[in-house]
Amino acid sequence: MFAPAENRITITAGTLSLGGILLFVCLAVAALLFQAGGFGNGVLFDAYIWRVTRFTLLQASLSTLLSVLLAIPIARALARRARFPGRVWVLRLMALPLGLPVLVGALGLIEIWGRQGVLNTALAGLGLQQPVSIYGLFGILLAHVFFNMPLVARLFLAGLERIPSEYWRTAANLGMPPAALFRFVEWPILRGLLPGAAGLVFMLCATSFTLVLTLGGGPAASTIEVAIYQALRFDFDPQRAIALSALQIVMTGALLLVLARVATEPAQSVTGGRASMRYDADTGLSRLSDTGWILFALVFIGAPLTAVVGSGLRADLAKLAGDPTVHRALITSIAIAVGSALLCVGIAAAMIRAAGTVTAGRHAPTLARFFAGAVTASTSLVLLVPPVVLGAGWFLLLRPFGDVARFAPAIVVAINGLMALPFVHRILAPAMATHAARTDRLTASLGIRGLHRLRWIDLPPLKKPLLMAFSFAMALSLGDLGAVALFGSQDMITLPWLLYSRMGSYRTADAAGLALFLGLLCLIFTMLGTAGDRRVPEGRNT
Amino acid sequence: MSKSSQLKFLSRLALAAAASLVFTTGASAADKTLTVYTYESFITEWGPGAKVAEAFEKTCECKVTYVGVADGVELLTRLKLEGAASKADIVLGLDTNLVAEAKATGFFAPHGIEAKDVKVPGDFTDDTFLPYDYGHFAVVYDTQTLKTPPKSLKDLVEGDPSQKIVIEDPRTSTPGLGLLLWVKAVYGDEAGAAWAKLKDRVLTVTPGWSEAYGLFTKGEAPMVLSYTTSPAYHMVAENTDRYQAAEFSEGHYIQIEVAGMTKSAKEPELAKQFLGFMTGPEFQSIIPTTNWMMPVAATKEPLPEAFGKLVNPAKTFLLPSEDVAANRKAWIDEWLAAMSKN
Amino acid sequence: MNPGSAVELVGVDILYDTTALHFDCAIAPGGIVAVAGASGSGKSTLFHVIAGFEEPDRGEVRIQGKTMSGQAPSERPVSVIFQDNNLFAHLDIATNVGFGISPSLRLSAGDRARIDDALGRVGLDGFGKRLPPTLSGGERQRVALARALVRHRPLLLLDEPFAALDPGMRAGMRALLRDLHRQENNTILMITHHPDDVRALADSVLFLDQGRIIAHDPVERFLERRDMAAINRFLGNE
Repeated sequence: MFAPAENRITITAGTLSLGGILLFVCLAVAALLFQAGGFGNGVLFDAYIWRVTRFTLLQASLSTLLSVLLAIPIARALARRARFPGRVWVLRLMALPLGLPVLVGALGLIEIWGRQGVLNTALAGLGLQQPVSIYGLFGILLAHVFFNMPLVARLFLAGLERIPSEYWRTAANLGMPPAALFRFVEWPILRGLLPGAAGLVFMLCATSFTLVLTLGGGPAASTIEVAIYQALRFDFDPQRAIALSALQIVMTGALLLVLARVATEPAQSVTGGRASMRYDADTGLSRLSDTGWILFALVFIGAPLTAVVGSGLRADLAKLAGDPTVHRALITSIAIAVGSALLCVGIAAAMIRAAGTVTAGRHAPTLARFFAGAVTASTSLVLLVPPVVLGAGWFLLLRPFGDVARFAPAIVVAINGLMALPFVHRILAPAMATHAARTDRLTASLGIRGLHRLRWIDLPPLKKPLLMAFSFAMALSLGDLGAVALFGSQDMITLPWLLYSRMGSYRTADAAGLALFLGLLCLIFTMLGTAGDRRVPEGRNT
Repeated sequence: MSKSSQLKFLSRLALAAAASLVFTTGASAADKTLTVYTYESFITEWGPGAKVAEAFEKTCECKVTYVGVADGVELLTRLKLEGAASKADIVLGLDTNLVAEAKATGFFAPHGIEAKDVKVPGDFTDDTFLPYDYGHFAVVYDTQTLKTPPKSLKDLVEGDPSQKIVIEDPRTSTPGLGLLLWVKAVYGDEAGAAWAKLKDRVLTVTPGWSEAYGLFTKGEAPMVLSYTTSPAYHMVAENTDRYQAAEFSEGHYIQIEVAGMTKSAKEPELAKQFLGFMTGPEFQSIIPTTNWMMPVAATKEPLPEAFGKLVNPAKTFLLPSEDVAANRKAWIDEWLAAMSKN
Repeated sequence: MNPGSAVELVGVDILYDTTALHFDCAIAPGGIVAVAGASGSGKSTLFHVIAGFEEPDRGEVRIQGKTMSGQAPSERPVSVIFQDNNLFAHLDIATNVGFGISPSLRLSAGDRARIDDALGRVGLDGFGKRLPPTLSGGERQRVALARALVRHRPLLLLDEPFAALDPGMRAGMRALLRDLHRQENNTILMITHHPDDVRALADSVLFLDQGRIIAHDPVERFLERRDMAAINRFLGNE
C-alpha cells in the first residue's frame, strides 16, 4: 500500500481479472440470449420450479450444516495433534474426494453404505435386514458430507493453525478449560471462516446434480441445476436456462449476504512465525476424543476411497496403462488441470491483493469498498453459473472464428479455472491478509519492491497456501467432466471423459481402473498441496 | 525436486499437452471430406466409427471426419447452436423420438433413398432420416439374485416392492424417456397411476444410463432399465450369461437410431452415398458387436450366437415422433407428479 | 521554517472516524527523544505519519527541512524498528540485515562484511545463518538494530523496542543503543512506557495526550514537571 507505481500495477491487474471474469460470464449469457431472440415470456415459476427450489434449499442447507458441524471437531483434533505419524497422509486423504468425478465417489460410497455395501452386509450378519438405505435424503446428505466436509475441515484447520502461539500460552497460563478455550480462542477464528466455508459448501450442494439424482431415490429429489440442464439440453430453451441460473444466483447470493452479516472475518494478529505448541493436548480426555475424531474422518473418507481402489485393482491395469488413448487423456487432463490452476491462482491472487490495496488506509473510498465487495461476490457466485450455460454461450461466440474445437482447450481451462476460484479465494485470502498485516509496513519501510518482494518476502511464507490452492484447483479441474463434455471433440479426451465413456459402453472394469488412475493423479496433486506442510519445531535450531 | 526444476517439469508437461491438443484429424487436401456428426461412443476405439470410416473410404475416394458429442440429444443441441453454418454433412445418432424436433429445425434435407432392404420392427420409415440400427428397451435382471423376473410390464408395476429396479430420468436421458413412452404406450391414460404403483419398486432414478447400469452391476438392484441387447455384450465380451433381459408379454418399446444429411452439406453426393452405404451389408455387419444394437438390414455373416439368445419382442411399440414432441412436457409432468408423491 | 530541525510536523491533522489527532512540533537533530503518553494518545500514529505509513489529512511532515508529502516510506531518511515482527521469519539473520543495504538483496562481498560487522556491533557475532524463530526476543531486536545500522538513515524511529524484554535485557539494550547513537550521531525517536528509559536515555521528551503534543521539554525539565496530571501519572508522582 505504500509504493504508488506498484500499487497501480496491482490494482490494474486485479481490475482486469475481475473485469475478465464478468466479461467471460456476461458474454456467454448475452450470446445465448441473442441466439434465443431475447427474453421470452414463458412461465418460469411454475409449481415444478417452486418444488425444485424448495428441495434445493433444504438439501443444501442440511448438507452444509452437517459438513460444518462435523468439520469443526475434526479440524480441532488435527490442529491439536500437530505431530503424529501419518498426519500429512490424513490431510492428503481429505483433499481427495473433491478431485474425484462425483460418479466415482458415489459408487465408492455405495460399496460402503449401499444395499449390498459393507455396512449393510455386516448389519445383516447381525440379523438386521437392510437397516441403512442410502437412497433418499440420507444418501444425498451422506455424499455431500463425504465430498465437502474434508474441504471445510481443511479450511478450518488452516485457520486454527494461524492462531498465534501466544494465545495458546496465555490460555495455558490462565488454565482455560477446553470449553472456554473453544469459546474464546478457537470459535472466534472458526466463526470468521464460517461464512466463506459454509457458503462454498452450500453452493456446491445447491448445484449438485448427478449425486442428487443418483442417490435421491426419485424425482422428488431434484435441484434447480437439474431443471437448468433439462432446459438447455432437452428442451433447448436458453432463456429458461438463464432465468433459472439467475434464480439460483439471486437465491444463494442473498443467503451468502446474510451469512456474511452474521459473522465477519476476525482481526488479523501477528506472531513470531513459529508452529504453536499446544498445551491443551496432554489431557487424557482430549487425547481420546481427538483420536476418535481423526479415526472417524479416516474411516468415513477412507473407506469409500478404498472401495474405489479395490474396484480399480480388479481392472486390467497393465492394459490400461499401455493404452495410447489413456496416455493422451492423461496428458490432456494434466495440462488442463495445470493451466486452469495457474489461471485461477493468478487471478485470485491479483484480485485479493488489489482489493487489499485499495481498501487499505483510514478512508477507503466507496468505489474501493465496492471493488473489494465485487471481488468477494464474484469469486463466490461464479460457482453458480452452470458450466453448461458458459460452454454453450462461448460455443456461439467462437463459432464465427472457425472450428470451435480449436478453442475448446482455452475455454475448458477458463471454465475450470473459474469454477475453482471460490476454493482458491478461500484458501488464499486469509493467508494473504495475515501476511500483509505482518510484512506490509516493514517491506515498505525497507523499500523492498516488485519481483524482489515477491521472491524474498511474499512467496516463501505464502508457499504453503499457494501450493494448497494450486493443488485444490488442479484436483477440481481433474475431476470435472462438465466443461469438457460440452465441447466434446474427439481431439480433447480427458480422464473423466474417458471414464464415463467406458462406463457408457459396458466397460465397468476399465472405468474402475481409470478411476484408480484419477485417484492416484489426484493424490499426487494433493501431495504437492501439502509439500509446504513441514513445520519448524518450536525453539530449536534448523 | 527443487522449486525451479518443479516448474520446469510442469511447463514441459504443459507444452507436451498443448502439442497433443492441437493435433487434429485433418484430411489431405486432395481428397474430398465427409464430416459426420455423431455421438461419442460411436467413435471410441471399440466403437464402430473407425471400421465404418475405413470401409467407406475404400469405396468413395474421400476422407471421413467425425465430430463426436456426448449423446443423441446433445447432437441436436449442437446443431441448434451451430445453425445453418454447421460443418456437418451427415448427422448420425438421433433417435426416433428426436426426429420431429430435428425436422422442425429445417437443417435436414430429404435423403431420397428407397431403402427397401431396411427392415425395422414397427416399420418405421421417413423421408429425411434413415435407420441404421435399433434396440428394444428392456428390463435387464441379474439371474443370480432374481429367480422369477417379471413377465410383463404389469408384473413389473404390480410386483414385490422389495425387488428393486433402477431407472433413468426422462428429463435427462434417452432410456428414461423410452420407459416413459413404453408405460404410456401400454397404459395410456392410466400411465400416472401405473407410475404411482411402480414408484415403490424404483430404488432410484439416475440422470443417465451409465449411473443406472453401474448401480445394477454393483448389485444394488436386481433390475435395471436397459436394452434387449445388453446381455449380448456380457455373453460375447465377458463370457457370462448372468445378466438377462426380461421379455414382456405386452411388447417392448423400440429405440431406432437414425441418420440424415444436412441441407448445408458441402458434399451432398457423398453424403447420399454414405447413407446408402449405411444400410448396406458392410456397415450393418460392423454394428452388432461394436455398437451393441441390432442391424436394420442384411449382414455379411450371420450374427454371433449370443444375439440368437436375445429377447425378440413379439410386439413393438413406437409412438409417432410428432406425438412425442407435442406431449413430452405433459407426460413428464405426469411422471413427476406420480413419482414425487409420498 | 526551521531548517535546523531533524523532524518538523507543521499543522498535521489525522482524522479518524471518531477522533482527530493534531501534531505540531520541531525536533532538533542529534538527540534521543523519548515519546511518551498513555495508550491511545497517538504515539504510534505520530510515528506512522513520520515514517510515511499514513499520510496526514492536513499539514505536512518535514525531515531535515525537506517536505515528505507523497514520499514513500522507503524514500524517507528514516529507519523504523517495531515492537515485534521486525524480521522475516523465513529468512536467516544475515539476509534480514542485508535488506537494510539492498532491498533487492544484491549484496557484494563488502556488503556481507558490513553485515557481519553490524551483527558484531550489536553483540550477535556468528548469528548470520540462524532463523529468527530460534532467537530470543532481545536478540531479534538487536538484529533489527543491526539492520538500522547498515541502513544508515539519519532518523531512527523505535516503537517500544524493549517492550517485550525483561529488565536486565532492557538495561543491556539501553547501553547498546546509547553506544550506537554516539557512534552514528543520528536522531532517535523512541516510544516508551517506562520513566526509566526516559531517565537513562533521553535528551528530551515529547509527551502526548489525547492526540495532542502537550509537552516538549529537555529531559531535566520534564522530570521536574508537576503541572500536568497526565505527566504526573506517567512519572509516578502521585
